[in-house]
Amino acid sequence: MFEYAPAPESRAIVNFQKSYGHFIGGKFTKPANTFQTISPATEEVLAEISEGSAKDVDQAVKAARSAYEKTWSKISGSERGKYLYRIARIIQERSRELAVAETLNNGKPIKETRDVDLPLVASWFFYYAGWADKLDYAGLGPNPKAHGVAAQIIPWNFPLMMLAWKIAPALAAGNTVVLKPAETTSLTALLFAEICQQAELPEGVVNIVTGHGATGAALVGHPDVNKVAFTGSTDVGRLIAKQVAGTNKKVTLELGGKAANIVFDDAPLDQAIEGIINGIFFNQGHVCCAGSRLLVQESIQDELLKKLKKRMETLRLGDPLDKNTDIGAINSKAQLDKISKLVKQGQKEGGEVWAPNCPIPKNGFWYAPTIITGVSPTNTVAREEIFGPVLSVMTFRTPAEAVAKANNTPFGLSAGIWTEKGSRILKLADQLNAGVIWANTFNQFDPTSPFGGFKESGYGREGGRHGLLAYLKAGN
Amino acid sequence: MRLDVRKTYKLFIGGKFPRSESGRTYRALDHKGEFLANIAQGSRKDARDAVVAARSAQSGWDSATAYNRGQVLYRIAEMLEGRRDQFVSELQALTGISEKKANLEVDAAIDSWVWHAGWSDKIDSVAGNMNPVAGPFFNISTNQPTGVVAVIAPQDSGLVGLVNSIAPAIVSGNTVVVIASEKLALPAITFTEVLATSDLPGGVVNVLTGSEKEIAPWLASHQDVNAIDTEGSQNAVELELKAAENLKRVIRPGSYSRNGSQGSLQHILDLMEVKTVWHPKGH
Repeated sequence: MFEYAPAPESRAIVNFQKSYGHFIGGKFTKPANTFQTISPATEEVLAEISEGSAKDVDQAVKAARSAYEKTWSKISGSERGKYLYRIARIIQERSRELAVAETLNNGKPIKETRDVDLPLVASWFFYYAGWADKLDYAGLGPNPKAHGVAAQIIPWNFPLMMLAWKIAPALAAGNTVVLKPAETTSLTALLFAEICQQAELPEGVVNIVTGHGATGAALVGHPDVNKVAFTGSTDVGRLIAKQVAGTNKKVTLELGGKAANIVFDDAPLDQAIEGIINGIFFNQGHVCCAGSRLLVQESIQDELLKKLKKRMETLRLGDPLDKNTDIGAINSKAQLDKISKLVKQGQKEGGEVWAPNCPIPKNGFWYAPTIITGVSPTNTVAREEIFGPVLSVMTFRTPAEAVAKANNTPFGLSAGIWTEKGSRILKLADQLNAGVIWANTFNQFDPTSPFGGFKESGYGREGGRHGLLAYLKAGN
Repeated sequence: MRLDVRKTYKLFIGGKFPRSESGRTYRALDHKGEFLANIAQGSRKDARDAVVAARSAQSGWDSATAYNRGQVLYRIAEMLEGRRDQFVSELQALTGISEKKANLEVDAAIDSWVWHAGWSDKIDSVAGNMNPVAGPFFNISTNQPTGVVAVIAPQDSGLVGLVNSIAPAIVSGNTVVVIASEKLALPAITFTEVLATSDLPGGVVNVLTGSEKEIAPWLASHQDVNAIDTEGSQNAVELELKAAENLKRVIRPGSYSRNGSQGSLQHILDLMEVKTVWHPKGH
């Protein structure tokens, strides 16, 4: 093992304001009912943000409605597209600043925000910018229409990326939006508000209201909202599905997952190990499509676990701003407690817990990369989403058993297959009930590629032409 | 004078014609209020049995080739055409519409089967995609059936509304549990005889007669149902609330027209899931 010298990315590039209001009608409101937002790696307070009230939400929806009626639905698709191209370019220009800000507020490694999150954020806007004047080709016949005002609620695991996944297609299709970022990771959304100003986006087209769950519920329940898009937990997804029952609101939900990552005995083992590592430890496992259930063919279990543990010992946990860091901070105390509790439960139910001996920083919230072996399909850690760097390991003997175990979950977001046999990949891909299947790879994302789940992982797709459809209805 | 032999109207579950396990029947009346027949009044247990039958049939129907499913659906149109007189007389008896109008409804029902049959092997050509991702990957999105679909058929249209609610679900490989129109149930039951002679595997379409108000909530809350079409429900909001428990896909009333000789591709796609598969290119 080599020693690494510290290689921290400078945080001088980011200047947070001391406190933020909401972004409504093109302007920031005066901060009110503020709460602190911290760096989960150090617990340092980064800024204060405002708790959105029902009145704030109402004003934001009114601003969005007015922008929809007065400007956004009046200008041509090509003009809308040009605004989105502008935004994409400004994101590229301010990419490092946004990456550092995201790492500070979320706790994820700079390596990931710099090389994954931010490039995808820019590409999402660039991709959907090109759709804005081509809506006739979206698949709903000529002259499809926007819904109107979209209410969008996003999670804390990929704050700016989720914002891009929501706002870019909504605006391209001609909707205006009110977005509520997660309460622990709102800062990049507020920087994005500044980007909207720099792009001279007409006021009210994008509105951002910060706050906790009650703010989100007020937004979903607002009578003048036409479309609801939510990414987050399945439990909140259920609440939203109930809240919109009996209304005309269109809904898309991107919820939890418990993906099976299936490794056959003929898999390219070293590649598979990297895929398993990436599948569960990318973004501290705070990934709805994380490969959190490893299904390994029985005959190679010992060899695979040996290699996996060896690889896990090389993972570097610590300062997210350090360019060599692989595993950053857990996003919040609450999430850390949830992870710890579920792993303890796994242990109680007979699982064997293993983690490399890695030093844990004193401040902040951390969880060492962990695997649980000897897990049976009925165990809590095989059924519930842990949303942390914890891998549950199970075995199978035949492809049919692998499919049965993989599909034995109420979720259906993603799955992984590792084998050199092409025909087996294609057959399994047909049989697995999951919206995204990664074969001999894992955790790949692209704006052209639809993403979303089966069953309790939600409905609707984000990305690609399919993602655009969620924001359109057939014209008359 | 010869005494005619009357038919016993039963449920259609798993390709068989059972009576309701509840032992209950209700009366089908003609448009003048005269007695026509006793009809099986389906229960919660019947609904559960129907879901089991639909689930058992789903993977087989899904893995049949699209060409095969298209031919089976077309065969349903053929069988329907052959028994059109029976449907015309039933529709007339139940609703009092003219023979001409009844014939138009049967025409639309048959033509809609033909329209839907043709979609089976074209859905992915139109709604699937090879995605040009920014990296060395093969990346393809296809559509696959969502699984078991509960359908509350329209109450005011005994045949064409029923057809336009079943066909969009099964063409892609879903299996269905349908609650027929309570008042206009006779054509639905006759239609199950068409299905039984159409090479459609048992369990792909299961038809319950009775009160949707009584049966539908059990389907809406059933954990092994993937989607619900609430078109013919008097309590669609209640069903949507129950469906939220396991995040069923919900088609709200009025989303699609059910009276035409053509359906809607979007209706078919609402009961499907997009699946995207990635594989690296290279080595």
